[in-house]
Amino acid sequence: MSSTRAGWWFVTPALLAIALFFLLPVLGGFGLSLTDFDIYTLADVHHLRFVGLRNYARLLDTPLFWRALANTAFFVVAGVPASIATSLASALLLHSRLARWSKVFRTALFAPVVTTLVAVAVIWMCLLHTRYGMINYALSLVGVPRIDWLGDPHWAMPAIALFAVWKNFGYNMVIFLAALQAIPGDLYEAARIDGATPAQQLRFVTLPSLAPTLLLVSLLTVAGYFQLFAEPYVMTQGGPLQSTTSVLYLMYEDGFQAWNLGSATAVAFVLFFLLLLLTRLQVALARRWSAA
Amino acid sequence: MMKIASFVRPLLLCSCLAISCQPATPSEELVIWAAGREGELLSRLLPEFEVSHPNVHVHAQQVPWLSAHEKLLTAAVAHRGPDLAQLGNTWIPEFATIDALEPLDDELSASTSVVPDDYFPGSWESNEFEGRSYGVPWYVDTRLLFFRRDLLSRAGFERPPRTWAEWLEMLRALQEQGRSHSGRPASPAALFLRLDEPELLLALGLQQAPLLRDGDRYGNFRSVEFRGALDYYLSLAQVALLDAEASSQIANLWDEFARGAFVFFISGPWQLGELARRLPPEREDSWDTAQLPGRDGPGASLALGASLVIFKGSQHKRAAWQLIEYLSRPDVQRRFHELSGDLPPRRSSWEGSELASERGAAAFRAQLEQLRRIPAVPEWSRISSAITVIEERAARGALAASAAAEELDRRTDRILEKRRWILERRSMLEQRSGPSHSRAVGALP
Repeated sequence: MSSTRAGWWFVTPALLAIALFFLLPVLGGFGLSLTDFDIYTLADVHHLRFVGLRNYARLLDTPLFWRALANTAFFVVAGVPASIATSLASALLLHSRLARWSKVFRTALFAPVVTTLVAVAVIWMCLLHTRYGMINYALSLVGVPRIDWLGDPHWAMPAIALFAVWKNFGYNMVIFLAALQAIPGDLYEAARIDGATPAQQLRFVTLPSLAPTLLLVSLLTVAGYFQLFAEPYVMTQGGPLQSTTSVLYLMYEDGFQAWNLGSATAVAFVLFFLLLLLTRLQVALARRWSAA
Repeated sequence: MMKIASFVRPLLLCSCLAISCQPATPSEELVIWAAGREGELLSRLLPEFEVSHPNVHVHAQQVPWLSAHEKLLTAAVAHRGPDLAQLGNTWIPEFATIDALEPLDDELSASTSVVPDDYFPGSWESNEFEGRSYGVPWYVDTRLLFFRRDLLSRAGFERPPRTWAEWLEMLRALQEQGRSHSGRPASPAALFLRLDEPELLLALGLQQAPLLRDGDRYGNFRSVEFRGALDYYLSLAQVALLDAEASSQIANLWDEFARGAFVFFISGPWQLGELARRLPPEREDSWDTAQLPGRDGPGASLALGASLVIFKGSQHKRAAWQLIEYLSRPDVQRRFHELSGDLPPRRSSWEGSELASERGAAAFRAQLEQLRRIPAVPEWSRISSAITVIEERAARGALAASAAAEELDRRTDRILEKRRWILERRSMLEQRSGPSHSRAVGALP
């Protein structure tokens, strides 16, 4: 009994910090999303009204919100599998016993993660330049006509997804690498004795051992990719034709350009609930998959 | 290195004070935020001001245009704004609403050099909000016609259009000719129109009637007057869209204009400099500008541009006003025009200068006498982006004109809901306590 109490005493500081710096702001934010806090409120607090769930109802009635949601969903659906596949492939290559200079490559591939996003985004804008960019030059060598990457509504989001994958895959790669190194070597030895080909070893030893890591990585990546903001902010400002306006970018525009903090926080909470739902769905799917 | 420097600096300062090298009057540090190219060029005008005002040091901070609005607004909310700033004149109602700007009425009535009557009226009015003046125009921006004189006369028209009907007739004639020459790649499109820019529609609408009604409480887009402008705009868009394939492939406006890919386009003063710089010498004399057509003669256009404003939190308002007076001097405005190409907002800055005789400037000079301001509500930027979306859908035929007008009113009324509530509340409070306590409410009908 007393040990339980002692336990509570030990976690109290952490709980207090969480309550003060997380729970309280979140509750405050939720309260804000039920008001019509806007530029008039900045002028005079008496202009604040409680509007209940009207911000949420209006949001669902705003075409741009659905557009932003579709843009974000496209980014997640295109970006997350590509990102995880790239991370896994590069981790497997680095982990291979045949790999030379693996430490150098590990550092090089991880480097984009630790560089400043804005700086590399500017470099990528040069790479993606329609006329002078290296990507279009490389494509022209194999006969692909010029693509206006950031200026064409059809290509802007794919271009941003490409950039995001390049920027982020190193992080998951390091996680995969650690998980790969933790797989006991005797599993592979046993598989080899049973006559398993390298492909079978990957399918029946490596991937099942990585399953918990895969789940973790996919949860983190989906959550991260849903919060797309800085890339379109720097590279396209949500354009062209709102094709790269993400949910978070919409929130930023509403909140910090028009100062409609009430409806902007409503966007934030909608995004939060969406992420919560998706995460639960992923966990449920992973359970069923591992049980089967 | 660092250590020595931080050790030496106070010493230097002490000795400096001891030898008494401090200025006779306490020196003032004035911070001004200016956006984009203007921000860069402003610093070239400052040395002269600092010579005539030795106790004032001006620190010009350049802000990128794209984030200027957000940076200024955030700074104003946090009470960390500069002393004065260059502000887009359509932002003034928003900044005045949050009480970030210093009203300049007292300074204006005392000033001998900033004379309101000397300014182009629409441009001057765009700085007023609820009966007070919050800024002094720095340069004016508007939209009018740019056209290829040679191509127009080849089609049989010796002068640019003055009325809506004339313009449409010319466009259709040009289009007819283009079609009969089809197969020839050089046959020009009649009009290059950017459907994602609402300025032309707004100008045509403002020629007819205010865009908002009942003291800016509701959208006025279903009115007969605006419907007339919308219908006309949609017929222009139809002409432009027939050559859509050509216009969507326009990568470089100036190249295509020089090549003769289209005869008309709508743009602003910065094109004067761009065209003079970018057009090949043999095309130098082939283009001109014309005032925006109106229903029965040259019509009004938008009063855009930037103003100089003083922030309420400034500790140096007197010096800030002196800087505004300096930058508003006709000779300084002329020099600023030479540097930037921006058009001065004062008539006396245009007089006696070569400005009016520059290629294409005459039509601008005439247009500046006929400017209409954008509605003075802080919600305007949101209304304007709603207009852009609906206007483009209507122009592309996805929305009938009547449905577009209805949708414009619906969205605008929704955005203005808070404003209606506030005005109602304000008039209720006034009735209760008498009008003497209320702020000047010029916008109230």
